[in-house]
Amino acid sequence: MTQRKAVASSTFALTLAVLAVPASADTLRLLTWGGYAPENVVAKFEEETGHTVEVTLSNNEEMIAKLRATGGGGFDLAQPSQDRIAGPQEEFGIYKPIDLSKIDTSLFIPSMLEATKANTTVGGEIYGVPHVWGTSGLVVNTAAAPGVKDYTDLCAPEVAGKVSYRLKRPTLIGFAFAMGEDPFAAYGDEAAYTEIMDKVEAKLIECKPGVKTYWSGGDELMNLVRSGEVVASMAWDTGGWKLNADNPDITFVAPASGALGWVDTFVLPAKGKADDVAYEWINFVMRPEIAAMITEAAGNFTASKGADEYAADDLKARYQASFPPEALDNIKWYPPVPAGLEAIEGGVLDRVKAAN
Amino acid sequence: MKAEARIGLILLLTPLLLWLSLLIVIPHIDMFLVSLRERVGVGEYRISPANYLTFLTEPLYLRTFARTAIMAMLATLITLLIAFPVSYYIAKMARGRTRSALFLLCLVPFWVSELVRTFGWMILLRETGLISTLLQWAGLADQPVEMLYNDAAIMVGLVYTSMLFMVVPLVTTLESLPDEVIEAGYDLGGTNVSVMREIVIPHATPGIVSGCIVVFMLSLGNYLTPTMLGGKDSLWFTELIYSQFIVRFNWELGAAFGFLLLLLSSLIVWGMLRLTGHTLERTMG
Amino acid sequence: MTLPDLECTGLTKRFGTATAVDAVSFDVPPGSFFSILGPSGCGKTTIMRVIAGFLDPDAGDILIRGRSILNTPPNKRPVNMVFQHLALFPMMTIAENIGYGLRRQGMAKAEIARKVDAALDRIGLPGIGARKIDELSGGQKQRVAIARCMVLEPDVLLLDEPLGALDLKLRERMKVELKEMQAAFDTTFVYITHDQSEALVMSDRIAVMNQGRFEQMGTGRELYYRPETAFVAGFVGDTNRWHGRIERVEGDALQLVTDSGLTLRGARHGRALSPGGRAEIFVRPEAIRLTRSAGELAHFDNRMSGRVTALLFNGAASRVLVQAGREEIEVNLPQSGEFADLARGAEVHIGWAGDQGNCFAGTP
Repeated sequence: MTQRKAVASSTFALTLAVLAVPASADTLRLLTWGGYAPENVVAKFEEETGHTVEVTLSNNEEMIAKLRATGGGGFDLAQPSQDRIAGPQEEFGIYKPIDLSKIDTSLFIPSMLEATKANTTVGGEIYGVPHVWGTSGLVVNTAAAPGVKDYTDLCAPEVAGKVSYRLKRPTLIGFAFAMGEDPFAAYGDEAAYTEIMDKVEAKLIECKPGVKTYWSGGDELMNLVRSGEVVASMAWDTGGWKLNADNPDITFVAPASGALGWVDTFVLPAKGKADDVAYEWINFVMRPEIAAMITEAAGNFTASKGADEYAADDLKARYQASFPPEALDNIKWYPPVPAGLEAIEGGVLDRVKAAN
Repeated sequence: MKAEARIGLILLLTPLLLWLSLLIVIPHIDMFLVSLRERVGVGEYRISPANYLTFLTEPLYLRTFARTAIMAMLATLITLLIAFPVSYYIAKMARGRTRSALFLLCLVPFWVSELVRTFGWMILLRETGLISTLLQWAGLADQPVEMLYNDAAIMVGLVYTSMLFMVVPLVTTLESLPDEVIEAGYDLGGTNVSVMREIVIPHATPGIVSGCIVVFMLSLGNYLTPTMLGGKDSLWFTELIYSQFIVRFNWELGAAFGFLLLLLSSLIVWGMLRLTGHTLERTMG
Repeated sequence: MTLPDLECTGLTKRFGTATAVDAVSFDVPPGSFFSILGPSGCGKTTIMRVIAGFLDPDAGDILIRGRSILNTPPNKRPVNMVFQHLALFPMMTIAENIGYGLRRQGMAKAEIARKVDAALDRIGLPGIGARKIDELSGGQKQRVAIARCMVLEPDVLLLDEPLGALDLKLRERMKVELKEMQAAFDTTFVYITHDQSEALVMSDRIAVMNQGRFEQMGTGRELYYRPETAFVAGFVGDTNRWHGRIERVEGDALQLVTDSGLTLRGARHGRALSPGGRAEIFVRPEAIRLTRSAGELAHFDNRMSGRVTALLFNGAASRVLVQAGREEIEVNLPQSGEFADLARGAEVHIGWAGDQGNCFAGTP
C-alpha cells in the first residue's frame, strides 16, 4: 500500500520535473581543454538555458584522434587550436561549417575573429571561431638561470641537467625560429621544411645530454620547476604566471626570437547532434563577464571584446611584465598545419628520442 | 535431449564468443586492414605493405622494439628472482595469519591505480624526493641524487607492477608440492641447493613459465611506467604506437606497429617455450 | 652383545604446552622389524620425525649403532624414511627417483645405474627404470619408495604408515611383501601405524603408544595375550569390555559386578586389585564358548544364557551378538557347521573360564 503510494507520488514528481524543463532542453557534449569550461560557468549556463553540459577534457592531438575514430561523432562542440583545423578537415572531414549568422560576432575582438576565419577556411566554408588565446615560450627561474633568453639557450652548459621541454612540434618550431629559420614560411615546401627540421634535429640531439627529462603534462612540468629540479623550460605562458604567484623568481619569458602564439577555437564536429546548443554556448561564453570567469580559471585571455576589464589585476600585471610591446608584436602565430607535415616532424621527434 | 544439451552449450559459450569476436577478433581484423593502407595523398589510400617495410627498414623502430623486448625480458627475470623466494616463503614456510598477511601485502599495490603507483615511485626517486633527501640526511650523498628518468627506474616500476602476477602462479604451484616430497629430498641426502634445483624448481616450472609469460607480456605492453619513469631515453615500443596513433595521426603505421608487437611478442614467447622445452598446453593444462 | 641399531633414551618433544612425546625410551636390535602402534594423535609420527631429524627433541638422545645423531642434519643421518604418501618425486623417472640419494652422495653414473638396476631386480620390477611415476600401480610405487631408501643402505628405515593409502586387498598383500622385503634387505625397520593388524602381522616387536607414552612393549603375542594395561587390552585385538566393582578377591581370581548388574569372574594376573575397588574387565570374543545346551558349559565359571540379536558374518572371523541380561556380548561364531542354522532371536548359552576375564584397575 505504502509502496504503491510512493510509486504514484514519485511518478507524479517525475512528470512535474519533465514538464518544468523547457521543451528544447538538450545535452551539449563538449570536448575541450582543462579550464575552458569551469564549473561555475557550466552551472550558470545550465541554469539560464536548461540545457545540460557534459565536459570531456583533452588536448589537440587527442581531440582530433577521437573525432577521427568516430568520423566526427560523439561530441557537439570541440576546441582544437586554429592551426589544426584545415589540415584534418581536408584529410578526414571531421568538422562541419559554422553558420556565422547564429553567432553574435560583435562579442569577438574583430582582428582575431578575421584571422581565425581566414585560417580555418576550407573550400570556401568557415570551420572555426576563436575562443582562448595564449603563447608558449620559456618559463625561467631568473635567479638560477638568468642567461636563458631564447629556446637555444636551453642548451647552454650553465643550465645543463636542469632544463626540460616537450618532445612535440612546438619545440621544433621554437628551436627553428631561435636558430634563425622561418619554419612557417616553409610550411608549403616539403623539401625546405625537411631541411630546417634536419638542422633542428641535429641541435636537439646535441642538447639532449643536458635535458633532465622531456615533460609530457603540465602538472609534471609545474612540479619540476617548483621543486627547483628544473630552472628553465619551454612552457605555456599561464604555467609561468601560476608559478610566479608562488615564487617571484620564476616567470614566463617571451623568447628573443618570439613567443609562439596559438588560438583555441570552437568547431562543430561533423556528426554533432546539438548545433543550436553549441551556438548558444559560444554566444554565452563570449559575453565579457563570462569570458573573464574563463580567464580566471584557465589563466589565458579570450577573444571576447571587453573581457580584459573584468580580468584580475595581478594577471594583467604578469601579462604586461612578460609581454612588453615589442615582444607582443614579435609573437609568431601558428598558420594552419598542412596535412602530412606531422610525418616529417614525427620522424625527427623519434630520432631525437632514440639518440644517445 | 541432445538438442537441449547443445542449446545449453551454445548459451554458455555465447558471452565468451561475443567477447572474443567483438572485442578481440573484429578489432584486430580492422587493425590489420588499416595497417595495410598506405597514404598516397590527401584522403587517398592504397593497399601496400609499406608500413611493415617502414618498420623493417627504419633501424630506429627495430632498435626500439629490440630494446623493449630485452628490457621486458630482464624485468621478467628480475621479477622471477625476487618473487620466487617470496612465493616459497608464503607457500611453504608461513602459516595461518602471517601467510594471509603476506599475500595481502603483494596485493596492496593493486588497490590504487597504476598512475598513482607510478607517481608514488616518482615521489620516492626524484632528485628532491624521499630517498635522495634521506641519503643526504644520512651523509651518504653530498648533493641531491637523481634516480628517476633512467632504465633502472623503469625496471623498478615494471618489477613492482608485475610482482603479483608472478607470485600468484608460483604460490599456487608451490602449494601443490607436498611438504613430504621436500622432506624426502632432504631425507635422502639432498642439500638446500640440490632440493631446490632437482625437486622444487622442476615442480614449480609450470608456474614459473606461466608467470613469466604474463609478466613479459604485461611489461612489453606497459605504457605508463616506461613513459613516466623513463624520461628522455625511455623509448618504449608502446610509446611509438601511441605517438603514431595520437600525435602523428598516422593510424596506418600505428596499426602496423600494433600488429607487429602482437606477432613478435607471440613469437618470443613461443621461442622461449621451445627453448625451455615446454608447450603452452602443458604449461596451462 | 651387539649394539642396537637404534636406541632412544628419554625422548621428549613438546609443542607449546602439549607434550607430544613424553620421555620415551626403547631400542631396536639389528635386523628386526619394530612397530609403534597407537591411535592418531598419540605422538608416534612425532617420534618418527624426531628420529629422521625434521624435529629437534626437547630432551633425550637418539643413538644409531651407539652414536648420537642429535647434531646430525636430516640429510646426513644414516636413517631414511618412507613417507605416508610415499613422496616419490613426480618430476623424475623411476630410475632417477631411486638414484637420487646416490647422486647426492656423488657416486659415479655407471655405478648408480648398476645399483638402480640391482634394486629394481630386488623389488621384482626389473627394466621399468625409464617409466614415469604415475604409470605405476599403488603397490609398485610402494616398492619403488622402499627401494629408493634401500639403495642408500641405511642403518634404519623408518616407515610412516605407508600402507594407509592403499585399498584393503593390496594392503593385505603388501603386509606380507614388506616383511619379505625387510628380510631380503636385512635392514632394521621402524614402522608406525594405527592399524593393529599391520603391526601384529609384520613386527618382531611392537610398542603400543598412547598420549605420548609407551604403554607396553613386546611381541605381538605378548601384547595380545598378556596386555599390561587397560589401554593395550582394549586397543590390541577385539574384546568385550565392562566396567564394574570388585566384590571378592581370592588369590589371582576375583569376582566383580558390572554396572549393568552382571556378576562375572575374572583374573587379576598379579595386579593390585582389592574388593570394593572399581575395575575394568576384558574378555575376547574367541575366549567365549557358544552352545545350544547349558550342560556343555558346566566346567566354565562364567555361564549365562541369552538371545542372539545379530549375526556378523565375516568368514572365519564371524561373530554373534548375544543379549544377556542388560549386556550385549560379542562371541566368536565357530564355522564348524554346528551353528549354520543359527538365526536372530535364537536362545543360546555362553560361557568362559574365569582366567580369560582380564581385569585392570578402573577409574572410579
